[in-house]
Amino acid sequence: MDFTIPERYLGMVERVRRFVEDELEPISRQVEEEDLIPEEIVQRMRDLGLFGLSIPEEYGGLGFGTLGECVVYEELSKTNACFRTRISTNNGIGSQGILIDGTEDQKRKYLPKIASGEWTACFALTEPEVGSDAASIKTRAELRGDNWIINGRKCFVTNGDIADVITVFAVADPEKPAKGGITAFIVEKTFPGFYVGAIERKMGLIGIHTAELIFQDCVVPRENVIGGESMVGNGFKTAMKVLDKGRLTMGACAVGAAQKLLELSIGYTKRRIQFGRPIAEFQSIQFMIAEMATNIYAARQMVYHAAWLRDQRGSAVVKEASMVKLFCTEMVNRVADMALQIHGGIGYMKGHPVERFYRDVRLMRIYEGTSEIQKLIIARELLKEYE
Amino acid sequence: MNIVVLLKQTPDTESVIRIADDGKSIVTTDLKWIINPYDEFAVEAALRLKEKHGGTVTIVSWGPQRVVESIRTALAMGADKGLLIDDEALNESDSFGVAKALAAAVKQLNPDIVLCGHRAVDYDHNQRGPMVAELLGWPHLPLALSMECDGQTVKIERPVEGGKMILTSPLPVVVTMGGSHAVWNPRYASLPGIMKAKKKPLEIKKLADLGLSADECGGASAKIKLVGLERPPERKPGKIINGNLDTEGKARELVRLLHEEAGVI
Repeated sequence: MDFTIPERYLGMVERVRRFVEDELEPISRQVEEEDLIPEEIVQRMRDLGLFGLSIPEEYGGLGFGTLGECVVYEELSKTNACFRTRISTNNGIGSQGILIDGTEDQKRKYLPKIASGEWTACFALTEPEVGSDAASIKTRAELRGDNWIINGRKCFVTNGDIADVITVFAVADPEKPAKGGITAFIVEKTFPGFYVGAIERKMGLIGIHTAELIFQDCVVPRENVIGGESMVGNGFKTAMKVLDKGRLTMGACAVGAAQKLLELSIGYTKRRIQFGRPIAEFQSIQFMIAEMATNIYAARQMVYHAAWLRDQRGSAVVKEASMVKLFCTEMVNRVADMALQIHGGIGYMKGHPVERFYRDVRLMRIYEGTSEIQKLIIARELLKEYE
Repeated sequence: MNIVVLLKQTPDTESVIRIADDGKSIVTTDLKWIINPYDEFAVEAALRLKEKHGGTVTIVSWGPQRVVESIRTALAMGADKGLLIDDEALNESDSFGVAKALAAAVKQLNPDIVLCGHRAVDYDHNQRGPMVAELLGWPHLPLALSMECDGQTVKIERPVEGGKMILTSPLPVVVTMGGSHAVWNPRYASLPGIMKAKKKPLEIKKLADLGLSADECGGASAKIKLVGLERPPERKPGKIINGNLDTEGKARELVRLLHEEAGVI
C-alpha cells in the first residue's frame, strides 16, 4: 500500500495553495460583499490553467486523474467557496457530458474553449418542480427539420447567468420520459430562444450566481445532441454519469473546507483567553478539536481511496462516490458547527470566515444529489451486490 | 538570444533560522527552500528577453539535489533547460570558488547575456554576479530596476540616492537585478507550466565535467571562512503603563516614557 500523493501533483498543489493564500483569501470578504469575483482574478484562474483540470491534454486541458483533481480542489476549498465553484462547472458538470458521451466533433468544438476558461460551461437539469426526481423533467424538445426546438424552464443553474455553453436535458419523447425519452443537448447562449431568467438570492456561495434559464422555442441544431442522433433518448444515463464523478470532487471540497475550519479553530483557541487562560486548555474545547480532526482524517482517506480506485478502474465507482459525498458533506457540516461553537459570538458575525463557511458548506448536503439520495444509491448498489 | 540565469536556492524568507551546534551553520532540517527572490526577478527578466528576441533560457544553479525543485520552478515559469552543479566539494567553498564553477558552466553554454540577483537573501555577500563577470572578462551592470535590449546593447536603470542612473553596455554582459517584487512582478508558474517543466532537460554536472578540480573551487581554495554566527539580541518585552492611572495620567506617563526612555519625542 502506498498512501503518498503522486509526486506529479505535489508541485501543483503547492502552487494552488500559494494562489489561495496570496490572491484569493485576501479578497474573499470583498467578493462576498460585492457578490462578484473580479474579472482579473478570473483571468488569473485562466492563466493558471484551473478551468481545464479534468479535461484531457488533447483538448487543451491538464488531463488530471480524479486524485489530481481532488487534491487541487481540497486546496482551493480553503477559502470562499465561490472561487472553486467558478471553475467547477467547467471541470465538472458543464463539460463532463460532452467529454463522456459527446462525439469527437463536439469534443473538438467545445472542450478547448471550456478548458481554457474562455467559455464558461454549466449544466441544466433541475426544474422548478423537479429536483431529486430528475427523471420527471418537463422541458420538451421537438424535432422540426434540422433543428430541435426546446421549450421549458430550468432553475438553480450554477453559473447559468454567465455560461456560454449549457448542457440541457429535455424530453424528446413524452411517451418515454427517463428511459428512452430524456435527451442531452449542447446549447450555446447565442442560440435563438435562449434567455437567462431570474438570478436567485442564496443563503451562501455569494460571489457566483444561480440562475433560472428559459427556453422559449429555443433552436438547437440536430448535431448538438450529445453523442449524436443515436443518443437521442439516452440523456438520463449521461446525466447520471456526469453526477457520479462530481460526487468525488465534492468530497474533496468538503475536506478542504473542514481542514480550514479546523485551522481557524485551533488558532482561535490558542489566542482566546477566558477565565485567565487560553480556551485551548479546556477539555470541552479539546474534545471538539479532536473530533473535528478525526472526522477530517477519516473523510480525507475516503476521498483519496475512492479517487485512486476510480483512476485504477478508469470507470465509475458508483457506491464509493456516493459514500464519499454522503460522509464528507455531512462531516464538514459537523465540523462547521463545532468551529462556530468554538468561536462563539464572533464566529456568528457577518464577515467572519466561520460564518461564511457555515452557510457555504450547508449546500453541500443538498446539491448534486442530496444526502438522502446518496443513501438510496448506496443501498441500491449494495442490495444488487448480494442478489 | 542565448540567455543564462544564475539561480541560488535560499531558505524561505519567512523561515525561522536556527543556528546549528557547530555555531557557524544553520539547521537545515524542516527548512522550506525557495528561489532567491532576486534571482526570481532575473528569471522574469530573462523570459521577457526571450519573448522579445526568441532563443533559450538556461538556469544554472549549484547545491544538493533539493535544488532541482527550484530549477523546476523556474522551468515551470517558462525557462527552457536547467543545469545543476552538484558536487560535494562546493560545500565548503567561498563565493569565489562558487563563482569559478558558475563561470566555467557559463563558458560551456556560451550565452549572449547572464542574469542573476545582485545579492542572495541568505548570506548577502553581493559577490556572485561581479565575480562571474570578472572571470568571464565581461562588463557588469548592477542593481537593475529595468532592462532593455536591442540585440546588440543592453540598457538598464539602477537606483542612486533616490534617483536613477541609466547605464548601457554591449553584449555579452552580466546584469544583476535589484528592485523588488513590485518592480519585477515575476510571473507565477501555471499548472500546465508545472506539468511541462517535468519533461524539460535538466543536467547534473560535477566540477570535473566543467574542467575544474576540488582544489580550485572547494574548501581548500577558500580564502574567506565563515567562523561564527550569532542570533540577533532578544527583543525587550513591551511595557504596559500602570492600570491605576486615569486616562489623562496614562497619556502623561506615555509621553514621559516616549521622551525620557525611548527618546523618540
